[in-house]
Amino acid sequence: MNFELTEEQRMTRNMVRDFANDVIKPRAIDIDREAKFPIDIFKEMGKLGLMGIPFPEEYGGSGGDTISYALAVEEIGKVCGSTGLSYAAAISLGATPIYLFGTEEQKQKYLTPLAKGEALGSFGLTEPNAGSDAGGTKTTAMIDGDEFVINGEKCFITNASFAKTLIITAVTGKDEQGKNIISAIIVPTDTKGVTINSNYEKMGVRGSDTAEIILENVRVPKSNLIGDPQKGFKQFLSTLDGGRISIGALSVGIAQASLNRALAYAKERKQFGKPLSSFQAIQFKLANMAMEAELSRNIVLKAAWLKDNHKSFSKEAAYAKLFASETAVRNADQAIQIHGGYGYMREYEVERFLRDAKLLVIGEGTSEIQRIVIARQLGC
Amino acid sequence: MNIYVLLKKTFDTEEKIIINDGQIEDDSAEFIINPYDEYAVEEAINQRDEHGGEVTVVTIGDEDSDKQLRTALAMGADKAVLIDTEDDLEDGDQYTTTKILEAFFQDREVDLILAGNVAIDEASGQVGPRLAECLGINYVTTITDLKIDGDTANIDKDVEGDVEKIETSLPLLVTCQQGLNEPRYPSLPGIMKAKKKPMEDLEIDDLDLEEEDVEPKTKTVEIFLPAEKEAGKILEGEVEDQVKELVSLLKNEAKVL
Ligand SMILES: Cc1cc2nc3c(=O)[nH]c(=O)nc-3n(C[C@H](O)[C@H](O)[C@H](O)COP(=O)(O)OP(=O)(O)OC[C@H]3O[C@@H](n4cnc5c(N)ncnc54)[C@H](O)[C@@H]3O)c2cc1C
Ligand SMILES: Cc1cc2nc3c(=O)[nH]c(=O)nc-3n(C[C@H](O)[C@H](O)[C@H](O)COP(=O)(O)OP(=O)(O)OC[C@H]3O[C@@H](n4cnc5c(N)ncnc54)[C@H](O)[C@@H]3O)c2cc1C
Repeated sequence: MNFELTEEQRMTRNMVRDFANDVIKPRAIDIDREAKFPIDIFKEMGKLGLMGIPFPEEYGGSGGDTISYALAVEEIGKVCGSTGLSYAAAISLGATPIYLFGTEEQKQKYLTPLAKGEALGSFGLTEPNAGSDAGGTKTTAMIDGDEFVINGEKCFITNASFAKTLIITAVTGKDEQGKNIISAIIVPTDTKGVTINSNYEKMGVRGSDTAEIILENVRVPKSNLIGDPQKGFKQFLSTLDGGRISIGALSVGIAQASLNRALAYAKERKQFGKPLSSFQAIQFKLANMAMEAELSRNIVLKAAWLKDNHKSFSKEAAYAKLFASETAVRNADQAIQIHGGYGYMREYEVERFLRDAKLLVIGEGTSEIQRIVIARQLGC
Repeated sequence: MNIYVLLKKTFDTEEKIIINDGQIEDDSAEFIINPYDEYAVEEAINQRDEHGGEVTVVTIGDEDSDKQLRTALAMGADKAVLIDTEDDLEDGDQYTTTKILEAFFQDREVDLILAGNVAIDEASGQVGPRLAECLGINYVTTITDLKIDGDTANIDKDVEGDVEKIETSLPLLVTCQQGLNEPRYPSLPGIMKAKKKPMEDLEIDDLDLEEEDVEPKTKTVEIFLPAEKEAGKILEGEVEDQVKELVSLLKNEAKVL
């Protein structure tokens, strides 16, 4: 066992930490208040090679590993949940499926600009009537000659308004048992028939773009299908496994930031003539927050390590996502509590941490769904 | 151009510093590149990109100093040299550092050496100038701009907020002041390449030095933290009364008048 980061992992973390503190942190309150997607920050992250951490150089990536990527997400998440979510979604959902299952041609054409940070990608799975139950997908992709004709509607899709490519899941046919075959298809956003609206008023991650996608007789070449035409569903389930690590990492960032803020405040703020941190009731809160943030980080990095070492990581990724996101919610809530009335005010930022954290127990598989995944792994 | 950067690992002074038995606890300290040395690294890279040549980053430190060197390589330096004195030397001061660097530079072709203005830990600001004296080359401290044309260097030097314009010639040593440039973040591709760049490990032995040759000329008698700041006092009431009270406090309590 070795808990030491490699030189590259450590340098990546430190660089992202510096970048996040210098560039993103000063804008986090405005990003949330104005609910404005900070596209310029993504351009800068692209130049630093951050958008391509887990992809090889031949596709414009940086040739890093999942651990480095998770560390980067954590550092961004510490200062801004909105930027963290859009960052994690762009890589884990928008680009990874092409890397994992795409053809050489698809990788060259679609993955390279994403990995270089020249464009953003989105993954459209959720529909108004198919959220947790992804198998209930209603969007269809019918073959017509050399093309798919896609019709349907997607909702809550991260980064879609700023994306160049969408990966859309759609029913492409039925298998022998008469069950729907669901596949993932690359749809450039400038294709005719694609309409993208982002009119949601969100509770948190307000600066992360979230959009609805309407697909009306959208025609793309058959060659835009990603991976095995029969195994689409399995493929995107494994995409979600990887995505869970990044949501876990983002959660660790918020959990840690909540602790940092609460600890600093508790040492400074005096009531009854003493710092809050001298009251045992507050100390116990801080102790729990510190412990759970560290345990969350451990399981996130373990899942990332398993993935990097080509071992199965589904269960650990579910543990990581579930435990870390619930920790983020708890820690953010406690951070507000420790701040008292000030914590309720936007200026102190901890209330934003809670609003942002709440998304993490919902997106990319709710807490309930994580428990279902884990139970299934236990053989239930 | 043969460009060298003198780089020091320091603890992050923004982090809490703990002193134990008259020594700074370095187990819990976060270590960073001395911030002024980051300006030096950035400037070295820019000068190389403009004039060609090679940037070598040199540090005197311990086994762990390779971390800061790797970061400089990730920023874009070409080579690194770690002079590890951990096993050979108990203490060192600016004399020690200068002596070792003098030996290191003895038979190297040098056009430009960049150092930080000061190291934020001990803040002596001496190593650069003393080394230049030993090597018999020109030096300018606290520079905020550097233009090189052939063998001529045109420099802006910060003098307590004013600018002094200086023309001098290579070979040259400069120490870098805030305002010289904006140090870049090491990019991901830079970080990945850093491992493949050459890093030379030296000990004082390799420089034909003995412990006696570099024995410090000074002795650190005590290390202590600054006294904790007392809470300030905010005066209230009419301005006139406040002024009276202030004068009285300055006279009777602070005894500065
Ligand atoms: C800000 C944001 C960004 C998003 N980004 C994307 C994106 O980029 N791409 C994308 O495809 N989707 C995205 N989503 C959608 C997200 O993944 C879904 O909202 C999530 O999977 C839940 O689906 P749902 O909203 O339809 O809720 P439902 O599935 O209707 O769930 C409602 C509740 O019922 C529970 N539930 C459902 N089934 C069960 C069960 N069998 N047993 C027990 N409880 C159950 C759920 O846990 C939940 O508590 C995003 C959502 C948000 C809010
Ligand atoms: C929207 C809003 C409306 C409000 N309206 C009013 C109003 O109309 N009138 C009014 O007078 N006030 C009002 N308040 C103020 C409110 O009552 C205080 O915020 C609250 O009493 C907490 O005080 P504080 O914010 O100073 O937090 P602190 O007293 O600084 O408390 C911070 C944290 O330390 C904990 N703590 C403090 N002392 C101890 C201890 N000895 N042991 C263990 N834990 C301790 C607290 O429980 C809390 O978790 C309002 C606040 C808000 C946010």
